[in-house]
Amino acid sequence: MMAKALKNRDLLLGLVLIALVLAIAARFPGYITPTNLEGIFTDTSILIILALGQMLVILTRCIDLSVASNLALTGMIVAMVNAGAPDLPLAALVLLSALIGLGLGSINGVLVWTLGIPPIVVTLGTLAVYRGVIFVVSDGEWVNAHEMSEVFLNTPRILFLGLPILAWVAILFVLIVAVFLRWTRTGRAFLAVGGNPTAAVYAGLDVGRTQFLAFSISGLLSGICGYLWVSRYAVAYVDVARGFELEVVAACVIGGVSIAGGIGTVTGVVLGALFLGAVKNALPVIGISPFWQLAISGTVIIVAVVINARQEKTAGKLILRDSHRTH
Amino acid sequence: MAMDEEDGAPVLRMRGIGKRFPGVVALQEVDLALYPGQVTALVGENGAGKSTLVKILCGVYQPDSGEIELAGETVRLNSAEQAMQLGVSVIHQETVLFDELSVTENIFLGQQMRNRLGMLDWPTMKKRAVAILQDLEADIDPDAKLRDLGIAQKHLVAIARALSVDSRIVVMDEPTAALSWKEIEELYAIVEKLKSEGKAILFISHKFEEIIRIADNYTVFRDGVVAGSGQVADTTQDALIALMVGRKVDQIFPKQMVEIGETVLEVRGLSHPTEFADISFTVRRGEILGFYGLVGAGRSELMQALFGVTRFSTGEVVLDGAPVTLKSPSDAVKRGIVYVPEERQRQGAVLPLPIFQNITLPSLGRLSRNGLLELAQEFDLARQYAARLELKAASLSHPVNTLSGGNQQKVVIAKWLATEPRVIILDEPTKGIDVGSKAAVHGFMSELARQGLSVIMVSSEIPEILGMSDRIAVMREGRIVDTAPRQEADAESLIRMAIGATQEAGVDAA
Amino acid sequence: MTMLYDATRFAVPDRLETGWKPRLLRWETLLLAVAAAIFTFNALSSPYFLDPWSLSDATFNFTEKATIALAMALLIIAAEIDLSVASIIALCSVAMGAAAEAGAGTGVLVLIGLGVGALAGAFNGALVTGFGLPSIVVTIGTLSLFRGLAYVVLGDGVYKNYPDSFAFFGQGYVWWVLSFEFVLFLALAVVFGVVLHKTSFGRWIYAIGNNPTAARFSGIRVERVKFLLFVLSGLMAGLASVMLTSRVGSTRPSIAFGWELEIVTMVVLGGVSILGGSGSIPGVVIAAFVMGLVTFGLGLLNVPGIVMSIVIGVMLISVIALPILWRRLQGN
Repeated sequence: MMAKALKNRDLLLGLVLIALVLAIAARFPGYITPTNLEGIFTDTSILIILALGQMLVILTRCIDLSVASNLALTGMIVAMVNAGAPDLPLAALVLLSALIGLGLGSINGVLVWTLGIPPIVVTLGTLAVYRGVIFVVSDGEWVNAHEMSEVFLNTPRILFLGLPILAWVAILFVLIVAVFLRWTRTGRAFLAVGGNPTAAVYAGLDVGRTQFLAFSISGLLSGICGYLWVSRYAVAYVDVARGFELEVVAACVIGGVSIAGGIGTVTGVVLGALFLGAVKNALPVIGISPFWQLAISGTVIIVAVVINARQEKTAGKLILRDSHRTH
Repeated sequence: MAMDEEDGAPVLRMRGIGKRFPGVVALQEVDLALYPGQVTALVGENGAGKSTLVKILCGVYQPDSGEIELAGETVRLNSAEQAMQLGVSVIHQETVLFDELSVTENIFLGQQMRNRLGMLDWPTMKKRAVAILQDLEADIDPDAKLRDLGIAQKHLVAIARALSVDSRIVVMDEPTAALSWKEIEELYAIVEKLKSEGKAILFISHKFEEIIRIADNYTVFRDGVVAGSGQVADTTQDALIALMVGRKVDQIFPKQMVEIGETVLEVRGLSHPTEFADISFTVRRGEILGFYGLVGAGRSELMQALFGVTRFSTGEVVLDGAPVTLKSPSDAVKRGIVYVPEERQRQGAVLPLPIFQNITLPSLGRLSRNGLLELAQEFDLARQYAARLELKAASLSHPVNTLSGGNQQKVVIAKWLATEPRVIILDEPTKGIDVGSKAAVHGFMSELARQGLSVIMVSSEIPEILGMSDRIAVMREGRIVDTAPRQEADAESLIRMAIGATQEAGVDAA
Repeated sequence: MTMLYDATRFAVPDRLETGWKPRLLRWETLLLAVAAAIFTFNALSSPYFLDPWSLSDATFNFTEKATIALAMALLIIAAEIDLSVASIIALCSVAMGAAAEAGAGTGVLVLIGLGVGALAGAFNGALVTGFGLPSIVVTIGTLSLFRGLAYVVLGDGVYKNYPDSFAFFGQGYVWWVLSFEFVLFLALAVVFGVVLHKTSFGRWIYAIGNNPTAARFSGIRVERVKFLLFVLSGLMAGLASVMLTSRVGSTRPSIAFGWELEIVTMVVLGGVSILGGSGSIPGVVIAAFVMGLVTFGLGLLNVPGIVMSIVIGVMLISVIALPILWRRLQGN
């Protein structure tokens, strides 16, 4: 029973996360107050949303390294539009960010789908291109808080049932993706296409189209996160969220998403993101320099991928009769 | 066995189907008819166009010419989904399923049921899955992940998948290739059941006994055209072979008599934690030792341990009287033990690299001077062994993937002969290669023995085992159950030992 | 062994005009043409371009990256990748900086730079080969880890107490306009070219990249070769760190940030398949020149660095996309 529970990766990760939080709380009780826990969740919301999109991409055996650049470019554009036309309703800006993100994501998707260029090459390329375009559109200028409208800045912060809208947005996306993956044909196609592309073709699924869809969704979510990020940090500039794509991939890897495709759960990804968020939030509490953050993320990625690999390892054929008993 | 429907309308009729790929005509003017309640066997060598036809039937390929009639109506099968909807289901050669998904989902993927909200209806799917599996008398948990099932169970899931849609036509692409004897019998029962339900079955197979036993009609492909078709009752195995090959095959297994010398390789009490146990045997100079057994009896695992791919836990391997350590293939190669694997394309050849580079790959050390490769010497060596194996290729600089299966196998064998080994292990050396190359490989094996090599041959083909081996070891469930000289072996006793039917009769392991 | 068969009856010619080699060579010819075109364009658009010293200056902006690209090419041909190289530069630079603060001499600094690089590479290699992990994930992890360590040690500080003689590696000249960096790169290019194209080790790399299983079944010690390639990649990153630190004269933890992208682009532009199994050193060397010329040309036109990343990104995608599109058009 215990052994079986330990084989459930999500449960294991959840236990590790709780143990981590409790361990820190044992010495720093302030860490576990509802306000702080709520803070961790809100701080991690954007990472959670991006990681959901990234998971869909990785499930189909691809990877999207352009998410942070997409986020930054979209964030810059909506910030500039907001600064230039403060009267435009927020809904229009959110829609705009979604559409820009979707567009940028579909570019990745089209290149992978129609030309069959390896995803890592495509998104390494668009990572650079999108980042460069931010400079071109903004001319290297910053958009600061005082240039943004009240509604633009404050809406994600409004509290609803004790949680800010930003956190609710993350929860909403978690639910949508969870339902999508479990209860729709298209959602199941993501798992099938990554699990066994050949078999997927025989089952009547279009591998390339599914990958395109994954990139588009990842782009859409990145775009929305562009607005959320810029409003949360109240500033837009060229280097926003630089390198954040690695944290997004890290959240997925820690969450048990197999880089080889076909394996991954929404629960795992959320826990993976929260794990990173909990660590990040704990550093100042424990009194460790924030400069440790990067090294810790790196270590956690490596440890997680080692553990994943051990779990994915398949046993031999077990030809000997007696061997069945010992296993 | 002409049935009443024989003169009735076929459920599927293909007329004048043609399909070409760049540089190859895969199918040409192919006609094929399938009748309800009958099994049609599709026979042909590898590369004769069988898989292309299957892919056309399941909508993965579209034919360049010809038409397909389903129940009298002309149809186009533009996608796998469409083919399924029209009632064509295919059970593929390698079970193309999804390891990480549940049995239920594997059965319905691509055709999942939905409720009124458009969401997937898991409870109903599970109920249907249970019903279908029960119908097949398969004891499989519908919630189990596919990766936790054995090969035979996976196969049953593939069959369940084919039956989940109300199909009129079931295509079985070499369904028995990976199954054990007992599982094959169960499969035959399922085929009979499908027949009685009035489904038309296209059964693709290499095994003639099988065809004679379960098929009503046959169609033979040769080089992309129909070489002949008719009723199984009116034909014989020899006639089918003749149609398939296009000529009479009189001597497939030319074993020459060779003087057997001293013991070269001795294996003592070799065991592996899960795959094999207590393996002891010897091979002598000039001898061919055959290993017979069912698929999955542990023969390949044993051979790969001898080659250093996997480690054995206890026991020792003695070469020329001295124990050797075999921790990796490179250890084995250094000692003169080489292995021609069963999975030629995955383990044998580096397909995209040129032929000569494949042949010289393990011999590069000898071909270098001051650390630099000598290209002229490399070509010399490659040319010499290509000629010895009668390799048919346009150029030694062509990649191996331009060659036929038989010639690819020759490249793998040439690669090892170029290292001048002491012991050569051949794992299913003629599996899936054309009859012509098969004879060449057999001829070459006895030639090797004559030159003093020790040959270990793993084969699941009884005629090959009986024709080529000096002695035959039979393996079952990871153990050697018998070793006997060829003169004392016959087909029936080999099979009985391989499936374990002799135990009650009191015949014990040698 | 005796020849038993009539060799002439089954004689297979060694070579035909078609095959993989000419095709690759054509890629390199194309690259050369591109390089020549950019060279001419630069020469026409700026009067300062053709000055030998100005050209010599131009080499500095790509030799360090190109040095790493040589090792990266071998790794990618072997179907692995090392995304942590830029972080290794930072780690090595911090190590050298700390040693310099403690009063280490130039020789010791170089040894530390190379040693830390090789160790970091060995760490990657051990994770990939020891645990059988995908290198892309491992090196994304170590990318974080190595640069993270640099930040842990240095924070927002800076090391700049390097001995005067240390400046030679990044600022010195061997002869006239030929810098130490550039000459070293050319020499290494020859060495890497010979290793990849003329030795057994090079053949093993191709075999592994095309089919690691068959390579192993052919008696090649696949894990060992891959491990060595990771060490080599780390070593070259260490060497690049010595040159870069020496050239800049100071160490910050953000040093060489994002270089992995440009290095991978260089390798892919050079005709190395990102999926492994094919590519050549001459191609990578020409690609290094092409990228250097483009960067230099854009610099002459006063285009800011961040915009160059657009050019590099577009180049990366289009060098792969164009041949595919070309083949499609020919196919129809």
